[in-house]
Amino acid sequence: MNARLRWRKFVSGFMLAMTGVCALVSVSVLFLILGYLVFHGGTSISWNFFTKLPAPVGETGGGMANAIVGSGKLLLIATLIGVPIGFFGAIYLAEFSGSTTAFIVRYAADLLNGVPSIVIGIFAYSLVVLPFKQFSTLSGGFALGLMMIPITLRSTEEFLRAVPNALREAAMALGASKSKTIATVIVPAAYRGILTAILLAFARVAGETAPLLFTAFGNRFWSQGWTQPTAALPEMIYRYAISPYDDWHRQAWAAGLVLLGLILVINIVARAILSRGIAVPRT
Amino acid sequence: MATTTTTVPSAGPVAGSRSFLSRLRQGDEIAHIITFLFAVSVVLVTLLLVFDLWQGSALPRHKFGFNFFRTSVWDPIFDHFGALPFIYGTLVTAAVSLVIAVPLGIGAAIFLAELAPARVSDTLEFFIDLLAAVPSVIYGLLGVFIVVPLMRQYIQPALKHSLGFLPLFQGPAYGVGFLTAGIVLAIMVIPYIISVSREVLLSVPRDQREAALSLGATRWESTWKVVVPFARGGILGSIFLALARALGETMAVTMVIGNTPAISASLFSSGYSIAAVIANELTEATSNLHYQSLIELGLVLFLLTFVLNGLARLLIVATSQRGAGMGNA
Repeated sequence: MNARLRWRKFVSGFMLAMTGVCALVSVSVLFLILGYLVFHGGTSISWNFFTKLPAPVGETGGGMANAIVGSGKLLLIATLIGVPIGFFGAIYLAEFSGSTTAFIVRYAADLLNGVPSIVIGIFAYSLVVLPFKQFSTLSGGFALGLMMIPITLRSTEEFLRAVPNALREAAMALGASKSKTIATVIVPAAYRGILTAILLAFARVAGETAPLLFTAFGNRFWSQGWTQPTAALPEMIYRYAISPYDDWHRQAWAAGLVLLGLILVINIVARAILSRGIAVPRT
Repeated sequence: MATTTTTVPSAGPVAGSRSFLSRLRQGDEIAHIITFLFAVSVVLVTLLLVFDLWQGSALPRHKFGFNFFRTSVWDPIFDHFGALPFIYGTLVTAAVSLVIAVPLGIGAAIFLAELAPARVSDTLEFFIDLLAAVPSVIYGLLGVFIVVPLMRQYIQPALKHSLGFLPLFQGPAYGVGFLTAGIVLAIMVIPYIISVSREVLLSVPRDQREAALSLGATRWESTWKVVVPFARGGILGSIFLALARALGETMAVTMVIGNTPAISASLFSSGYSIAAVIANELTEATSNLHYQSLIELGLVLFLLTFVLNGLARLLIVATSQRGAGMGNA
């Protein structure tokens, strides 16, 4: 009996320790990734990386200025598409809609959220690239914008719903119309959450590569305009990493460090905004 | 205190007599219509996406029918397309990733939900969330330069030495291949399993644990025989989510799988996946049939992830509600 109890206690302790090891291993991956990127990429980052165009094949040096600007342009278009649709759609879901429409919209958003990014790429390619017979910044931004919609929509809706009903009723009791209530009471009350939602959606698409392969396509020079192909950081990382040149590999690491740094900073900022609390009135 | 009604308070004869125009001037109807249009556009875009994939793959669906999935010749020159190697590669890499990620992820989730103090758990969960935000091309970058050499020099020779009698671990060790892709995928999906499983485990009512402990169960026995079975559905849901993600993953897999359309029992050999072939060939498709075959592959991918995500959501919601329902009792 005693031996059995000892055995059970041993098993308990051992297995619980193993779960701790699992957690440690999983979390340590983040630090391994960061460590490798800083170790390999840190030495390759220089002023040139941010200001110069890619060097011609075979020459060392050069930078990724065009990819950094290209990523910025793509993300600008993505935000212009994804945020309004997500934001206003969420207001509709949280404040106006009946349950059937809400269900359909939510279902569609969840469906869109689950679509693999490569399939979004196919969609943007056949919808925007093929008709104009031209890879373009616009089509890349369109693909990324599509991916922003469901993330923005669903989280914004949740934060709007978290606003207590008492606030809505108080505003209306004071004579405010519904639209006035939404604009001056509900959205301001939820703005931290909404900002977090938008930032997280932005961070998620900032690193997307697969949809860009068919849309923004890549460019070793400055993009000639919104309807011309453009380079983007994640796409450059991919092309440089699979290339045979050592100097390109170094630059891929540098670009990886810049990209991941950007994404992690946005994530941390977004969570910091949220953790300071949504304005919830005391009763 | 807080009532559940959200209707306009001035309901009654006055509201009824207000004309549509006066309501329009107030802005409510306009706001309603505008936000409705935005919301509906989400539905329209999604429908258009499905329609586009279906319409765009008409040619190979009619020409090859079900043979598309059964034949393994992918030949753009003679315009014959069979997708078996890609489907095989996708399924094998996803399976390898789950074999690694499921025990690790569930173990870590148990630690976070059951063992760690709230502050430690929240801190670790924060890191896990950051890990989930790392873009796939970064995983691919590390895969190419760190995991592949590691596999080639140490892990594959070691596996061959110890488990080489299995057909799974035979053949030359190139570094790239099914196993490497599976390992990189596993690293990518672990955060998803941990986050969702942790949530589900935390939703298991306290009574369940206390009842088990009071009957003399050890901490592990209460966790493994009571809490985990209670959360089984939700944990399965988290695995489905991870699987859907693994099947659709493109960049990391493309960079380390080797991109050779071959079917081999050995996990060391290089292969190809559905997402990878689309990424590599879509813009270079020579014929219409080639292009549409790639779209059909996209359709397959879409349907797979659609079904898995749907199942996952059902399971997770059902489990959380079960926990909440019993917690109130």
